[in-house]
Amino acid sequence: MHSFGYRANALLTFAVTALAFVCAISSFSDKFSNQNPSVEIQILNINRFKKQSHGNDEVSLTLDINADLQSLFTWNTKQVFVFVAAEYETPKNSLNQVSLWDAIIPAKEHAKFRIQVSNKYRFIDQGQNLRGKEFNLTLHWHVMPKTGKMFADKIVTSGYSLPDAYR
Amino acid sequence: MGWIGETVDSIKSIKIRQLLTQAVTLGMIVTSALIIWKALMCVTGTESPVVVVLSGSMEPGFQRGDILFLTMTKEPIRTGEIVVFSVNGRDIPIVHRAIKVHERGNTGEVDVLTKGDNNEVDDIGLYEEGQIWLHRHHIMGRAVGFLPYVGWVTIIMTEKPIIKYILIGVLGLLVITSKD
Repeated sequence: MHSFGYRANALLTFAVTALAFVCAISSFSDKFSNQNPSVEIQILNINRFKKQSHGNDEVSLTLDINADLQSLFTWNTKQVFVFVAAEYETPKNSLNQVSLWDAIIPAKEHAKFRIQVSNKYRFIDQGQNLRGKEFNLTLHWHVMPKTGKMFADKIVTSGYSLPDAYR
Repeated sequence: MGWIGETVDSIKSIKIRQLLTQAVTLGMIVTSALIIWKALMCVTGTESPVVVVLSGSMEPGFQRGDILFLTMTKEPIRTGEIVVFSVNGRDIPIVHRAIKVHERGNTGEVDVLTKGDNNEVDDIGLYEEGQIWLHRHHIMGRAVGFLPYVGWVTIIMTEKPIIKYILIGVLGLLVITSKD
C-alpha cells in the first residue's frame, strides 16, 4: 500500500484529474466575458470585374477594414482568427459565402486595427450572377482558446453592391 | 498422502481462480473503454469524436500534438468553421477551415473549399484529381474544442511502434504480477 508504484499511480491520477479540472473551468470562465466588438468595412475600389474564360464572374476589390476586437480577448485566449466574407444569393444558390481576407490576431494589442487591403482570395461566382449584385460583407471571428471550447460569431454589414457592367 | 495432493490441488486452484479474475477485470476495463468511446461517437454524431493534429498547417492555433474535439450536427456548413474531412485516396483526415461555401437553394447541397490557416494556398491540391469542391459527405465533423499537447502520446506511439509494444508488455506484466 505504500510502495513506490502505488504512490506514483495515485500522484499521477490526481495530477491528471486536477489538470483536467483546471482546463474545464478556465474554458468555462470564457462564458462570463463581456464582448462588444465593432467593425466598419468600406469598399474603396473595384479593381477588376470580368467574366473568366470558362464562364464564371470574378471580382477584385480593395477594402478598408476598421475593427476593434479587443474585448474578445480573455486570459484563456490564444489567438483570434478573423475574416471578411462576401455573402450573397443567386438564383441557383440560396447562399454563397466567399472569404475575401483573413488574418490571425495573436494578442489584444493587435486587435484594434484599420487596414486597406485587396482581396486575398479570389472572389469567383458559380455562374455569371454578379452584375449589379447586392451583397453583405460579414466580419467573422473565431476565438481559439488556450484550452477548451472555441467559439465564433460575426457582424453583418449590408448594403454593398457591384456595378451593373463589367469593367 | 491424500492431504499433500489436496494442498497441491488447492494451490493450483487458487492460481487459476486468481488468473481468471484478473483476466475478467482486464476484460471489463477494455470493454468499458470501448463503451465510453462508442457512447462519445453517438453523442457527438461523428465517427471520430477526438482527433490528434498531425501537421502544422493550422498553426499557430493548432500545433502538432494537440487534441481536437469534434461534433457533427445537421446544421449547414458555413465559412469559418474548422472541418475535418477525408478525400478518396487519403486515409488520414485533414483538419482545415472552410473559406468558401456555395449552398444550392433547392437541394441544400453544399460546395465547400477549405484551406489551412498556415498554408499559402487553398486545399484543391489535396483533394482528389479533378475535384474542386468538398461535399457534405466528405466532412466528418466540426472542431468545437481543443486541448494542447495531450495528443503527443498518440503521435509517439504511432511513429515509434516499439514504444507501443513496450507499454503493452509492461502493462501485461503489471497485471499478471499484481496481488489483487
